[in-house]
Amino acid sequence: MKLPRARQAKRRRLMVLLLAALGLGTAAALTLTAFDDHLVFFHTPSDVAAHKVPVDRQMRIGGLVEEGSVERVAGSPVIRFRVTDLEHAVPVTYQGVLPDLFREGQGVVANGRLGADGTFRAAEVLAKHDENYMPSEVAEALKRSGRWQEGAAKPK
Amino acid sequence: MMAAFLDMGGYAAFVWPAWLLSAAILVAVSVSSVRRLRALERELAEAEGGRDPHS
Amino acid sequence: MNWHRYASPANFKRLSDRLLPWAAGGAALFLAAGVWSGLVVSPADYQQGETVRIMYVHVPAAWMSMFVYANMAVAAAAALVWRHPLAEVAGRAIAPVGAAFTFLCLVTGSLWGKPMWGTWWVWDARLTSVLILFFVYLAYMALNAAFDEPERGARASAVLALVGAINLPVIKFSVDWWNTLHQPASVTRLDAPAIDPSMLAPLLAMAIGFTLFFVAVAFVRIRAELVERRLEALRHARVAGEAAAERT
Repeated sequence: MKLPRARQAKRRRLMVLLLAALGLGTAAALTLTAFDDHLVFFHTPSDVAAHKVPVDRQMRIGGLVEEGSVERVAGSPVIRFRVTDLEHAVPVTYQGVLPDLFREGQGVVANGRLGADGTFRAAEVLAKHDENYMPSEVAEALKRSGRWQEGAAKPK
Repeated sequence: MMAAFLDMGGYAAFVWPAWLLSAAILVAVSVSSVRRLRALERELAEAEGGRDPHS
Repeated sequence: MNWHRYASPANFKRLSDRLLPWAAGGAALFLAAGVWSGLVVSPADYQQGETVRIMYVHVPAAWMSMFVYANMAVAAAAALVWRHPLAEVAGRAIAPVGAAFTFLCLVTGSLWGKPMWGTWWVWDARLTSVLILFFVYLAYMALNAAFDEPERGARASAVLALVGAINLPVIKFSVDWWNTLHQPASVTRLDAPAIDPSMLAPLLAMAIGFTLFFVAVAFVRIRAELVERRLEALRHARVAGEAAAERT
């Protein structure tokens, strides 16, 4: 089949483009897969329990603030709480301003160092919220009907 | 009532800048785009020697 | 198939003359509805209080930053393969609008992150990939302006636009592939949106308003690019004509 030269050129450019896109896509997919472990923003308490995180090096741990675990040490600005992924928990101490969303049962990411004693000393505490948005009346109604529990969405 | 609205539950310093910046960017983008088109169309009309640029 | 004819500059002008008032009017209507319902009618969030209202500008800006880029990438492919004149100017025309939306997304996200997360910025996969998108926009614009001949600038930046398109799926799925501080998608997911209808309404109104705004501005800006190309051609013709006159 003989095509006019202009159409042949177009077809060639399209093939080159598709091949380049394929190559580039493969390269990107491979790179991202290789980076997988390094792109982790925070480690989970299960990683800590499995000794998969470095001790006494700056890093982040993330999970939920365990219900009933927040305590303020009387006469000192230190706050203690436990971060859990519902399988393991890590005790955390922190001194400073907490974000407005910090509360028990809510997602949290703490930046600091894991001590040899297993306590995480946080220099910064960030709140992580889930993707649910609703007015408080709706949240109350859902809770009352038992159809939904706060913090039920398990963080990854 | 109005004061409570402006206060945004204590988050006025975050909510209002976000909305005002959005408005500013939409206005800036649209106004600059229309102005540039008008200026260029004027220039084209002159370059074509007063002929109707829309022909 | 000769669809070039239907997208020729002259036809584009006719089309944009007809559609521009509708896009601009629709944008004004939906944005007004979005402002009213987003700031006044919609309720505060059970967790985030009034800061949830930042979502109504932040999320549409984020969507637009990716939507404009997707348009740019399609135009780049059409420009490279078919050398389509309209596609060549389209990317150049809409890139600054996309960059503006990305900038708006980053700043409003920062304004939302400070009170809720407790920080203006973190280097998690979502925030970082959106920042990269912003830089790709800037690089695209710089590359476009870096050549004396607009055709060469258009071709070089079209390649960059296609390479940068890899970033789009990375942004979208960053919150699913890696653990991030940013929460996963609330609306664009397979099951029902995780947003109460009273909050989804202003969000969608703003998103439609932003989209129509972009369509209207794109019409104006592509028209301007076409006029500029015509001016350029006239200038070349005049220089050539003068040179010819001198020789005789």
